[in-house]
Amino acid sequence: MSAPLLTIADVAVELPTPRGSLRAVDHVDLSLEAGRTLGIVGESGCGKTMLSRAVLQLLPKRAKLTGRVMFDGQDLAQLAPERLRRLRGRDLAVVFQDPMTSLNPVLTIGTQLMETIQEHLELDAPEARKRSIELLAAVGIPAPDQRLAQYPHQCSGGMRQRIAIAIALSCEPKLLIADEPTTALDVTIQAQILDLLAREQRRRHMAMILITHDLGVVAGRADEVAVMYAGRVVERAPTQALFKRMHMPYTEALLAAIPKLDAAPHTPLPAISGRPPDPTRPLRGCSFAPRCRYAASDCHHAKPALTSAEIPGHLYACFHPIQMTERVGA
Amino acid sequence: MMQPAVRAEPLLNVDNLVVEYGLGNKTVHAVSGVSLQVARGETLGLVGESGCGKSTLGRAVLQLRRAKSGRVLFDGEDLTAMEGEALRKMRRRVQLIFQDPIASLNPRRRIGDIVSEPLIIAGVKDAAERKRRVHEVLSAVGLDPDLVAGRLPHEFSGGQCQRICIARSLVLNPEFIVCDEPVSALDVSIRAQILNLLEEMKARFGLTLLFIAHDLAVVKAVSDRVAVMYLGRLCEVGPSERLFARPAHPYTALLLQAIPVPDPDIRPAESVANGEPPSPIAPPSGCRFRTRCPRADQQCSAEIPELREVAPGQFAACHHPLA
Repeated sequence: MSAPLLTIADVAVELPTPRGSLRAVDHVDLSLEAGRTLGIVGESGCGKTMLSRAVLQLLPKRAKLTGRVMFDGQDLAQLAPERLRRLRGRDLAVVFQDPMTSLNPVLTIGTQLMETIQEHLELDAPEARKRSIELLAAVGIPAPDQRLAQYPHQCSGGMRQRIAIAIALSCEPKLLIADEPTTALDVTIQAQILDLLAREQRRRHMAMILITHDLGVVAGRADEVAVMYAGRVVERAPTQALFKRMHMPYTEALLAAIPKLDAAPHTPLPAISGRPPDPTRPLRGCSFAPRCRYAASDCHHAKPALTSAEIPGHLYACFHPIQMTERVGA
Repeated sequence: MMQPAVRAEPLLNVDNLVVEYGLGNKTVHAVSGVSLQVARGETLGLVGESGCGKSTLGRAVLQLRRAKSGRVLFDGEDLTAMEGEALRKMRRRVQLIFQDPIASLNPRRRIGDIVSEPLIIAGVKDAAERKRRVHEVLSAVGLDPDLVAGRLPHEFSGGQCQRICIARSLVLNPEFIVCDEPVSALDVSIRAQILNLLEEMKARFGLTLLFIAHDLAVVKAVSDRVAVMYLGRLCEVGPSERLFARPAHPYTALLLQAIPVPDPDIRPAESVANGEPPSPIAPPSGCRFRTRCPRADQQCSAEIPELREVAPGQFAACHHPLA
């Protein structure tokens, strides 16, 4: 097997706050091969966005990053700002949650698309324009030549996200980071955008990190899933294996808490009691222990390390893993 | 299972309601002739995508947005004809919970004052009585009154703020609550807590709910019947189980199909290339869904489909309903 396209090794991010240092990402290891999709799942504040910012080297100024991010054979933390700037946008692209804030409101769609293309691909204006029209057509925008002259506010949320994707894809990136790309969109538009991402990914043999809070979104779309809680990866596995037999109680509880379409109305939901721990006051033991129904005394005293399960590539961080031998009711 | 029959006299009867907004010299057709009923003790779920008019409808029920035409009958009385003191009195019986729990609490006021304010407005002069009521509802929503009453909203998480909002909506002992996307700003693990709490409160205080949301699975979890809106019109309404098992309107089917299922063995169906909802400023003629509908034909652009009963209790506004 060739070397992975992206390797995140022992990455930690600390942010200074008035209440003390906050460890947003707590020693995470992940890797991703070309053409594959890694889903990162977690609730607000679990560190999933900070982790993606660490990959992009776009952390807040005062944040402290440790560990290594290797992308395509280069250590991103060691790259000169100019080299890094040329890499971002070309080989390393990103789509954010809110397309309104990621597009410049005072520039036309055409200007924003062509700027990226001309900057990175050294095409002249007519060629860049031609390519922009092709890209807009590829992401499903009707009358793309007319759209070029329009401003973001003249487009719907779904259209804006398509445009943001077109800009991200414009230079044929090797890795696309999609950070909650459909959270701001309606459910029928969400399905269209996820299909679009999957189609373009297959066509371009692009790797993708799909960050979401919705286990439903990664189930059908990711090859591998990493579940984050309180800054750590607490379970990681090939998607099929994870949904078949999850070992980390948090993953199980997160899945159980989603209302199911096939459940009868008025079925009480198995809610997770309490809420995530205060990140400025890290716990000595497992971060999920205070909310975990399987927690024993050892869980409160030491942090469980990521441990290999019987299936290759399946890791979990738990002293009392569930479903180790046979499938119990989900 | 509880399946209350819609009796002759529903608690809420929305009759041919039309709500429009002015936008410059244009008109936004937010709600265009919607009729629905909610029986006492029932939860009616109202679903649809952004801009379909579901929140406007919820506000028009409470007369926070006045209707252009149509009637809103609450317990037999027409709210659209009421004004001033009569309307204020009626509003004690009808409350509202909003989507953003943090934005709907005044950041400078203490929780105890926020929750007791409706009592002051309602003229409860006895401070001890107010305190007793505030304690009762805060305990009911799972908060410790002695710990929270003196604190400010910013000291609480989103889920706890929503508990406070629910407590405030309960303090006047209302009969009917409009819940407008009460859990969509919350994380999955907190969402389940709040949905369970709403169900508990409904049983304990004998409430009737209009539950507005865009997430069909959330709506199904709490609703006896579900109504589906698209671009200001009602597409379909029926008992939850039936509507989800056998949708009759193509739009309901499309919504159901688009939900990502947390099971990797269920491959997501390739989304039908059906574009986006048209503008409510110039809605399509005839059936408003026809521009995205795979079954649309000439009749759909010529005639507005009426709600028709397709199965017991299930009504769909479609010329070519699904079998």
